[in-house]
Amino acid sequence: MTRSVFLSLVFHSAMLIITAITLPFMVKPPIDLPPILSVDLIQITDVTSIPFAAKAAKTLEEVKKKKEEKRVVSEQAPPSEKKKEKPDRIPLPDDTNKEKKQIVKKKQNPEEIKEQVRQASEFEKKELFDPNQIAALIDKSKEDIAETIKKNKKLTQSSVKNAFANGLTLSQEDALKAQIFGCWSLPLGLPYQENLLVRIKLKLKPDGTVLRSEVLDHARMNTPGQGFYKVLAESALRAIRICQPLRVPPTGYEKWKDLQLNFDANEMLKG
Amino acid sequence: MKKLILAIFYVFIFCNSARALIEVDITRGNLDPLPVAVSPLYVEPGSKDVKQGEKIIKNVGEEISKIVEINFRRSGLFNPLKKDSFVQNPDIAHLKPRFEDWRLIKAQALVTGKVVVSDDKLRVEFRLWDVVAGKEMIALAFSTAPANWRRVAHIISDKIYQRLTGEEGYFDTRIIYVSETGPKTQRYKKLAIMDQDGANVKYLTLGNELVLTPRFSPKNQLVTYLSYFRNMPRVYLLDIETGVQEVVGDFSGMTFAPRFSPDGKKIIMSFAEDGNSDIYTMNLETRVVEKITDHTSIDTSPSYSPDGKYICFNSDRSGLQQIYVMRSDGSNIKRITFGKGLYGTPVWSPRGDLIAFTKVHKGRFYIGVMRPDGSGERLLTENFYQEAPSWSPNGRVLIFYRETKSDSEGKGFSAKLWSIDLTGYNERLVDTETDGSDPSWSSLLSN
Repeated sequence: MTRSVFLSLVFHSAMLIITAITLPFMVKPPIDLPPILSVDLIQITDVTSIPFAAKAAKTLEEVKKKKEEKRVVSEQAPPSEKKKEKPDRIPLPDDTNKEKKQIVKKKQNPEEIKEQVRQASEFEKKELFDPNQIAALIDKSKEDIAETIKKNKKLTQSSVKNAFANGLTLSQEDALKAQIFGCWSLPLGLPYQENLLVRIKLKLKPDGTVLRSEVLDHARMNTPGQGFYKVLAESALRAIRICQPLRVPPTGYEKWKDLQLNFDANEMLKG
Repeated sequence: MKKLILAIFYVFIFCNSARALIEVDITRGNLDPLPVAVSPLYVEPGSKDVKQGEKIIKNVGEEISKIVEINFRRSGLFNPLKKDSFVQNPDIAHLKPRFEDWRLIKAQALVTGKVVVSDDKLRVEFRLWDVVAGKEMIALAFSTAPANWRRVAHIISDKIYQRLTGEEGYFDTRIIYVSETGPKTQRYKKLAIMDQDGANVKYLTLGNELVLTPRFSPKNQLVTYLSYFRNMPRVYLLDIETGVQEVVGDFSGMTFAPRFSPDGKKIIMSFAEDGNSDIYTMNLETRVVEKITDHTSIDTSPSYSPDGKYICFNSDRSGLQQIYVMRSDGSNIKRITFGKGLYGTPVWSPRGDLIAFTKVHKGRFYIGVMRPDGSGERLLTENFYQEAPSWSPNGRVLIFYRETKSDSEGKGFSAKLWSIDLTGYNERLVDTETDGSDPSWSSLLSN
């Protein structure tokens, strides 16, 4: 009995000594790191899950406490108050007002334009109602449909691709294209695999300046995972603004006053 | 009946033609980087100088704008315009930019802002303007300790990058790498960490033990790396925030390339025993080790897909070293590379759309990318010796290291970190104090 108690004591003390000697070698002392992370705009702590938290928990808490003491609470908010205080600082409303004024002027002003519009529309109506033109129209629409299918499967029914037939000659269309090519800075880093077609509908003034522009697929701009589309659409709108007044024909305003530009980055990126 | 159909057809044609809209396809544009003007941030009167160690920074607004500029230039997506050409001064520009002045120098976007520095607080406001449309695109304010002004500059860069490209930025990140000094035959290797632009280098180990393959967790500021302790490879975990490090395990055989799973809860690595190397995972909470591959060949360099469902790795089971993809449980193994040469170090992009790899062909080393099914292989850069690509958190840029040729005595040898973007045109040296190898990119710090 005494022998086994003695042996037990010897073994236990041996174990304690071995543990005391070996354990410090097993665990490395913490590295004394300078406080390299002290900007606190972040919620790293929310994300951080430390698997060996049992050992590190205390140290972590201490570090966090220290940080919080030092931290001046960070903000990340748009200074919207300023906007309210000084709305005149934001240039957009000014521009919009100008545009509005111009529109108003146009409405109040020359009757000539109205006449032109009326004449043109009457002329068009005559053309359309002419039974001799029906055959030609059928042929044109067939060509258009074929072209549309070839070039772009996503065109709507209302938009028939017939710039030449309806308002612009080939050289006029080329001139317009060449002008916009020079103004359009494509955002780099677009995802090649995605649909990169932005369709913008324009309302033009007779001198080619843009009265109104509308992105046709604007719903896509706020679709999650389609952030690039908003950027692409903005680049297209920017191109139009840089380019204006657009190189439009001096005549036939009624035909091209509504214009749709299809900015297709796919074709260029895929080469 | 025929007449009716004909009439309907005519009506259809009539309606169609009446609503016809002229369409013009724009299929070409300018692929140059976007011209951006970064106006120096206006420092409010009464602001104090920023002290950073022994350095005193007098005009922190200008310094922040410089860092934003450098970030933009390095990204290859933007062209920051020269400040000499700016017509409007920062004191006015931060209030209301005169867009005509900025259009004059062909800027399409403009960054303005102001800085207020007090004893213990730095407040930075910035605004991004669409110069052409003449409107504000984003406006944010940050407050922090003055010593953190560099990070604020990186965060601003990220916000602008995101607004202008539609994808997350990667400037507020850090890179961990193996710092190397000494002659080729006797290299001292230390674990080092720095900001992505090479600033704020810190050394985490002393150099008395060999360190290899540091890898950041994709979720947080944990790093796993391999170090030799008494000639035994050990896998360590290091928390960058606290400096606490811990041994994950001792392994009797050779262990290679530990890497985190996407959720940060597991480590995947290869482990060699009796000349046969297989892939294992270790659960960091339970420390349970699981064997994923079981083959007589050498399976190494495993990397998870971002959804955690698949693993890519390289193996010589077909005779030559090639890249394979399998399910995360080890089933359904498929070879994805069939090109000439050897393929190794596959790393799955954080976006999940590409796998980066190193290729060796006819004695030359290439860094390339391909889709996870092996299609669309693109070699981005070629050199004498380069390997170990690591993705930026937005999956747009790769960092890797490149070694130079040396003579038999090791003269002329150097190892440097380089970055390249997915276009393959924007290749840049990453400045480091010493030589460096085995870089790993962290996730965004401000996530």
